[in-house]
Amino acid sequence: MRLDAAEVVDTFAEAFTMWGARIVVTAETSGWAAHAARSLTGFATSVIGCKCEAGIERDLDGAETPDGRPGVSALLFAPDADGLAKRLVERVGQAVLTCPTTACFNGLAADDEVDVGGRLRYFGDGWQASKVLAGRRYWRIPVMEGEFLVEERFGIVKGVGGGNLIILAEDAVTALRATEAAAAAMRPVEGAILPFPGGITRSGSKVGARRYSGQIASTNHVLCPTLRAQVDDSQVPSGVESVLEIVIDGLAPDPVREAMRRGLAAAARSGARQITAGNYGGSLGDHHFHLRELVP
Amino acid sequence: MTLTLTVRAAPAAPVLAEALCPDRLAGLSRPEIERLELWHGNRRAAVGELFVVSGAGADDVRVVGDLVRVAGLGAGMAGGRLTLAGTAGPHVGAGMRDGELVVEGDAGGWAGAEMRGGRLVVRGSAGRRLGGAYAGSRAGMRGGEIVVHGAAGEEAGAGLRRGLIAVAGRVGDAAGLSALAGTIVAFGTLGVHSGAGMRRASIVTMTTATLLPTYARACTYRPPFVRLCLRRLRELGLPVTDDQIAGRYTRWSGDGLELGRGEILILEAPR
Repeated sequence: MRLDAAEVVDTFAEAFTMWGARIVVTAETSGWAAHAARSLTGFATSVIGCKCEAGIERDLDGAETPDGRPGVSALLFAPDADGLAKRLVERVGQAVLTCPTTACFNGLAADDEVDVGGRLRYFGDGWQASKVLAGRRYWRIPVMEGEFLVEERFGIVKGVGGGNLIILAEDAVTALRATEAAAAAMRPVEGAILPFPGGITRSGSKVGARRYSGQIASTNHVLCPTLRAQVDDSQVPSGVESVLEIVIDGLAPDPVREAMRRGLAAAARSGARQITAGNYGGSLGDHHFHLRELVP
Repeated sequence: MTLTLTVRAAPAAPVLAEALCPDRLAGLSRPEIERLELWHGNRRAAVGELFVVSGAGADDVRVVGDLVRVAGLGAGMAGGRLTLAGTAGPHVGAGMRDGELVVEGDAGGWAGAEMRGGRLVVRGSAGRRLGGAYAGSRAGMRGGEIVVHGAAGEEAGAGLRRGLIAVAGRVGDAAGLSALAGTIVAFGTLGVHSGAGMRRASIVTMTTATLLPTYARACTYRPPFVRLCLRRLRELGLPVTDDQIAGRYTRWSGDGLELGRGEILILEAPR
């Protein structure tokens, strides 16, 4: 298939079920909300090494937040519900509770919920206080600056982790330009995040390793241009000198699909020579996003 | 559809009307409702003797007329909407668990006493012991929301354990008496002895107040919960200003004669 100047490979992205949560961080200024959200979602690129994947979904103005202050909406994903609860407690506790002027709210109405504020309350050393408002419980935790307000329970849903696009171009500059354009087009999709730095990763991986039995993931050698002459199964086409990948996590399949659709079109418009997607043959992941269904 | 009960004549003796709430009238035909018995003074009287029943349905019930001597309307209600078109007697919504009860006029004493959930809205003023505890009970209101557009009498929120009481006008003496937790918001003046014996609850006031000497000043700050609470009250129709939402409040901790984990938050006067 062709889309603009790019060849779109007839393949699919294989993605997995992951549990996701939406965290709304507010603060006196949008700047402090952004500080907290960046810290909250930092070092959360891949479950392989970070135990979770997270990213900023969008900025919120005061009309969209529970306390009327500017805020940021962030999404956090983990392989199971218990793990998600632990990561939420760790990250809200270390990145939001610590940040001046912030408050933290659940941003997802869901049947399943995990306790976050109820675990963080112990930081209050007995001086914490709870308030119930419109059926939701909040914890007020005294801190040196004043008071940290955090909602007790956060909704969680079975989402999708690992949607992806792999963008191949004639050189590194073009690959980066096309992938940046794709990431920019994908970012506004509500309910989806791109967990890698700037939304882009250069180090796509395969499960395990050829040489090291203890390695859980290793470089995706078939798409490394530098190894084209050294491996017998290289998939780097002639004329391609650089490859980048965008990973997408979403609260449901539709946001992931929509992000991939927008990214595919933007990359094709911006110099990609070939666009493909990563999969494991289809037998591991619950979700298959076929590129042919995303081409207009 | 609305089921309407109209008072035939002002009752000669107090009527105990706990049966007249939406969830208890659900599934009853009009004749069955008319045959329900209420205490009228020291005798039993059929609803049909006291009220003209019209309309149908039970999710939305409206009681119209002189209700000053009708007690316990909506007491224990567990759902639906009950509107009292007039001034209501005592104990309206006492012990209610869910649903919405709207009093279009004033409400007598003990409105919302020991309520556990739902919402009680009083368009006029409320009497004493709003959301309070009955004699012998340790805890008063245990959940839900009470919104009073007028004033409230003495000992509002006495024994309050959980929930929100908001009063647009003046709140009488000893608000939050022996309150265990929960929140009282007073937009008008606050009477004396507020928070006496309070253990953990919050009283928020928008005017200066004379506090008991057993309250100690902590600091002046912007409590994040107050923002949330006031925005909720604005949603519920109270005239909350932006200055009140964004304002700084001085926190006084007490009651020092009790647990001392309660607070009275007083809006800082504009500088």
